[in-house]
Amino acid sequence: MIALRDVTKAFDGRVAVEHVSLSVEPGTTRVLLGSTGAGKSTIVRLILGLIRPDSGDVTVDGVRLDPATRGDILRRMGYVVQEGALYPHLTAAGNATLPARAERWTAPRVAARLAALTELVGLERGLLDLYPAELSGGQRQRVGLVRALMLDPAVLLLDEPLGALDPISRAELQTHLVRIFRELRKTVVLVTHDIREAFLFGSTITVLDGGRVVQEGTFGDLARRPAAPFVAEFLRAQAPPPEMSAYL
Amino acid sequence: MALCDRRLAAWLVVALTTLFAPALAMRCVVALAVPDAPASAWAAAVPVRVGSKSFTESYVVAEIVARIAEQVGEAPVARKFGLGGTGIVYGALASGEIDVYVDYTGTVSRAILKDPSVTGVDALRARLGALGLTISDPLGFANTYALAVRRETATRLGLKAISEVARHHELTAAFDPGFLDRDDGWPGLRRHYGLRVADVRSMEHALTYQALQSGRVDLIDVFSTDGQLARADVVVLEDDRRFFPEYAAVLLARASLPERLPRTWNALQQRLVGRIDNRTMARLNAAVELDGRTFARAAAEFLGEPGASGETPRRRALARDVGKLTLEHLVLVGVSLAVAVAIGLPLGLGAARRRLLGQAELMAVGVLQTIPALALLAFMIPFFGIGKLPALVALSLYALLPIVRNTYAGVTSLDRRLVDMAAVMRLGRWQRLRWIEMPLASVTIMAGIKTAAVLTVGTATLAAFIGGGGYGTLIVTGLALNDVTMILAGAIPAALMALVIHVAFELLDRLVVPRALRGAPGAAR
Repeated sequence: MIALRDVTKAFDGRVAVEHVSLSVEPGTTRVLLGSTGAGKSTIVRLILGLIRPDSGDVTVDGVRLDPATRGDILRRMGYVVQEGALYPHLTAAGNATLPARAERWTAPRVAARLAALTELVGLERGLLDLYPAELSGGQRQRVGLVRALMLDPAVLLLDEPLGALDPISRAELQTHLVRIFRELRKTVVLVTHDIREAFLFGSTITVLDGGRVVQEGTFGDLARRPAAPFVAEFLRAQAPPPEMSAYL
Repeated sequence: MALCDRRLAAWLVVALTTLFAPALAMRCVVALAVPDAPASAWAAAVPVRVGSKSFTESYVVAEIVARIAEQVGEAPVARKFGLGGTGIVYGALASGEIDVYVDYTGTVSRAILKDPSVTGVDALRARLGALGLTISDPLGFANTYALAVRRETATRLGLKAISEVARHHELTAAFDPGFLDRDDGWPGLRRHYGLRVADVRSMEHALTYQALQSGRVDLIDVFSTDGQLARADVVVLEDDRRFFPEYAAVLLARASLPERLPRTWNALQQRLVGRIDNRTMARLNAAVELDGRTFARAAAEFLGEPGASGETPRRRALARDVGKLTLEHLVLVGVSLAVAVAIGLPLGLGAARRRLLGQAELMAVGVLQTIPALALLAFMIPFFGIGKLPALVALSLYALLPIVRNTYAGVTSLDRRLVDMAAVMRLGRWQRLRWIEMPLASVTIMAGIKTAAVLTVGTATLAAFIGGGGYGTLIVTGLALNDVTMILAGAIPAALMALVIHVAFELLDRLVVPRALRGAPGAAR
């Protein structure tokens, strides 16, 4: 279980996350929903130990995250960000297998794992020898996902993973990801500002605004009983206009 | 954090040790093997090392000294010529890198003892004794300022001495800018003699003889042994009221030389003291500067050695040297660059890991760069003597800045998300360095190394001033002789070498920089 207890974090005096508490049960998917600057990415970076909270603490499976425990905790986490954050000097295969090579896996083991994962995420094998610059946005994202899954982590942290994709690739990959997460029974934390994505992935959605948690619940809860005007406004802003729905 | 600091400190220690330890060790070995002591079983094997400054007269007399020492045959002779100015050649003598060179009494008192009140050979010798040095009696010629007029003018006006110029206010003069400025030049001279002339203009020394002979001016400043004096129809006016300081040529030697090689020292005294007057020296200078003789031939002619006439002309001899000098230059550039990379990369990486220490480090390396290259070379002499070693150390230090700075810039400017990702994947320090940071920063780092390489090719030409060899040898000698062809013979190959090295590094890029990054610095997706 991932738990944040009363966490506050500021950068140069500007508060990014304020008194945030939340917990994510194993095997569930949690969506962090909010506008740009709401503090979503900061929460993910706090969970990964890339930054340390000013106050409060982060625990994973009951262990408090600090420099001494971070290495062990990271072993159980995969991380995917917008556009993949692939290394431009490595091929798709080079990028995807990096975590395994860092663990000094044997070559056959790496190859077998790579083959299994490329099939799982729907990546054509022929693309593995290409460099990131030669891949499409969706392909890059799939490589990033293979890399995150390489060591079979229990937790996946995805920060706007589909943010830079065109609508068709985005919809396609959304469906794909929902299926994968369900099959693999991972604990997933997904950051997005897209309510369609939140609806598709999230059993529980945490809405953030200005660094604070505004509401937590299912999509139905948010839609029917918004806890603040912001929640209603946020959902309404992304809903297709009623006239448009008639055409779809 | 503490661990990080300790690692960085370790890097610095390793780097500095790599740099200085072999040199210091070598110094110790040399010091042990070459005792500065009276004649021993070693004496026969230890050469007499003759130095010179980098101007014609100094080369010629040094060659004469070397030849006399060879004739005596008491010890082998090593020539360490063209060692820049007083600072460098005296530094070499003081640190025991050379045994003897020719200097002037005025320079000894002013520049070396820094006490102009010490005049006279005996007084100088007494003061030098405390420094472990000695001087011979004057050789005869003196390289001092003097005033000269056309012979026709001298005859017409009956001029023999400077005091007589005071009566002729109609004369016009052209003086070297240095002479016009210095208090021991025109300002002081005018006051001392109460001189007044119709017009004084500032003119490069090389042009004043022409101006005098063509009648454009009547009076010029000269050096008393200028080669042109042997050819031009001019009269040097006597300094009858003793204004110009005494700059009598003497042999300046380590005190150990007369003890170690008494026969050589005696021969030098016998054959040189009082034997080279101003006219002779001017004639020898003219033979080299105006007739294109080599220093060796001029020296051989002075000594009346047979076979002096059958020698290769200077330029053909030079062409033969270019191959050897190219190799020397390549060694200077290659070795110093390799050392600079070996030290600069870890320093740059260290700076990137610890920002505060890094800034201090970058500043230190930057300050190093503000030291003029020639001064840096001169600073090396007390530690490493003269020759290749101090040149290599100075060039390595000089090449550091672009390498350290670009390594630092390359590593610190990496995309934050790419760095975070490496942390999340728990890559070890070395894995991160080898797989991620170095390849991603390679374009920037290679650019720094390329800059350092091309700069070093240029800076390495200064190595000749401390006996480091390379193309600079031709440039230094050419400058001394005012021989443009010889200067170009050093400068053009150096420029070509810079071009070749640039191309070689472009090819090397293909090995070092990952394919996907070539030609697209920072293209990170």
